[in-house]
Amino acid sequence: MATLKDLFRTKPKYVTVKPVQGEAGPVRPPAPKPKEVPDGLWAKCPGCQSILYQRELSKNLHVCSRCGHHFHVGAMERLAQILDSVETFEEWDGEVATVNPLGFPGYEEKLARTQEKTGLREAIVTGVGRLENYPVAVGILDFAFFSGSMGSVVGEKLARLFERAAERCLPVIVVSGGGGGARMQEGILSLMQMAKTCQAVERFGRSGRPYVSVLTNPTMGGVYASFASLGDYILAEPGALIGFAGPRIVERTIRQPLPSGFQTSEFALKHGMIDRIVQRKELRPVLAQILRLHAR
Amino acid sequence: MVNGVFEWERPLVELENRIRELQAFTKEKGIDFSQEIATLERKADRLRAEIFSNLTPWQRVQLARHPRRPTTLDYIGMICTDFLELSGDRCVRNDEAMVGGVALLDGIPITVVGPQKGRDTKENIRRNFGLPHPEGYRKALRLMVQAEKFGRPILSLIDVVGAYPGIEAEQRGQGVVIAENIRRMSFLRVPVVCVITGEGGSGGALAIGVGDRVLMMENAWYSVISPEMCAEILWKDTGRAPEAAGVLKLGARDLLELGVIDEIIPEPLGGAHRDREEVARRLKEAVLRHLRELMALDPDELLDRRLKKYRAMGRLQEQTAERLEAIRSGQAEA
Repeated sequence: MATLKDLFRTKPKYVTVKPVQGEAGPVRPPAPKPKEVPDGLWAKCPGCQSILYQRELSKNLHVCSRCGHHFHVGAMERLAQILDSVETFEEWDGEVATVNPLGFPGYEEKLARTQEKTGLREAIVTGVGRLENYPVAVGILDFAFFSGSMGSVVGEKLARLFERAAERCLPVIVVSGGGGGARMQEGILSLMQMAKTCQAVERFGRSGRPYVSVLTNPTMGGVYASFASLGDYILAEPGALIGFAGPRIVERTIRQPLPSGFQTSEFALKHGMIDRIVQRKELRPVLAQILRLHAR
Repeated sequence: MVNGVFEWERPLVELENRIRELQAFTKEKGIDFSQEIATLERKADRLRAEIFSNLTPWQRVQLARHPRRPTTLDYIGMICTDFLELSGDRCVRNDEAMVGGVALLDGIPITVVGPQKGRDTKENIRRNFGLPHPEGYRKALRLMVQAEKFGRPILSLIDVVGAYPGIEAEQRGQGVVIAENIRRMSFLRVPVVCVITGEGGSGGALAIGVGDRVLMMENAWYSVISPEMCAEILWKDTGRAPEAAGVLKLGARDLLELGVIDEIIPEPLGGAHRDREEVARRLKEAVLRHLRELMALDPDELLDRRLKKYRAMGRLQEQTAERLEAIRSGQAEA
């Protein structure tokens, strides 16, 4: 209840702090400025924000030594991590080249830029190598190349990988190193690669040799909804985004915030979609174990 | 769109309404307007041809989404007899966004499956706007495997924006289910004819869309991504979906050229909803023609052809060693 005294209370004194206006409205209290990282020497961990020495990181298989965050690994480096040696790796179908079947605007330019930047010709490297001396057919998708998305070339190289592996009675390992789904720029033809690769997996399966699918961050959309889901063994690196629909699409559709941990490897394991979560340093031993169990 | 009429077809619809009014007037009052009606009809024909013979890709997408466009159950009702609807995936629940069952097509027992959109709001809610969950795809697969067991050919009628993007759908393995459907469908030892009747939205369509023959209605679309999402990715603006529809090459003629579909089923001028009986007749004729051809093949031959067809899909080039060397040394553009 207001008393008479309240009416005469002096106006409290405020100090006005002028908000800093940015383009997107008021700026929040000075966020810790992203520390400038000189190219190549240091890397910042997206998991714990630590600044990591690149050489140490590389020695640790590109896993943060503080929080265990798994960084993206390029195709060639991944090969080096899982194979006995890259020298004995023989690449297959490197000459299969991308075209622009729809005349999609800007596709050739982006391809050329990406090829220059990554040194890769397409989003997948395939071939045969040795793991603990077991010969094995390997395919590695590279996130740096169009988010590791599948167009005609990726589909074709995968189909040939499985076909050749069947002919030579080799087991197959495919690391979906950041499958960004089907490649939009090749439209419906990308979608058809889902059918092509699923069929290749099934025909390969009749050879009686195992197919190990390794899911890394992120494995989504058309890559997840085709060959990546059809492994006899499905492994995943910890904390990888795995799912069909992108989280933003799901959020927009259901109009509520997503539960924490949604579409992670842990989520996929809990719901029965994968066999095991494997730390990167454990990947080579686990792959070797599977090959050993299938040794003839 | 207002009352099922697009802005770009409004002049025609108004003219058609005027003709109907005059006809009614003639009947009621006995006044002869036949000359006026004839003039207006000639004008309407001209306008119809003008508007509908040069549809943009986006206009076709709009027609494919027309609220009065025949749905899967509508088509089944019009082309089949003795339809026995079957339910459930024997695992989680009965997903009403996907329908299926056994029926006779011109006396031939077939299994028919397809996503089902609602025909009004109430039905749309029940059917989740025709967006299937994993159990919907499992139900379709269950029915197709049953068809294989009994040697029945399969008709898949596809009209789906996409597989449902939701939490439970992801929990129950939307991606895994789509992959499994594609794999299993590819090796079914009975003829499979798929028809994109309306929307063919990405993996959600392919999960019931692998077949010996894939047909497509003239105004249907089939794409790896919806025009809206493509526009969002390219330009961060879903408003530019009409442009994206052009870029994606998602129309029937484009897909025929790209070797993804085998035949276009022509629609009546103005879209399937304008003459349902006629479009159903054309659908039935095309499906029967393909089924009869396929039923004459033995299962090994059928499978071999199906797999060869998909194996050849995609466009690429094989580069020579010299050209690769040139690219490596930076003397040529990749």
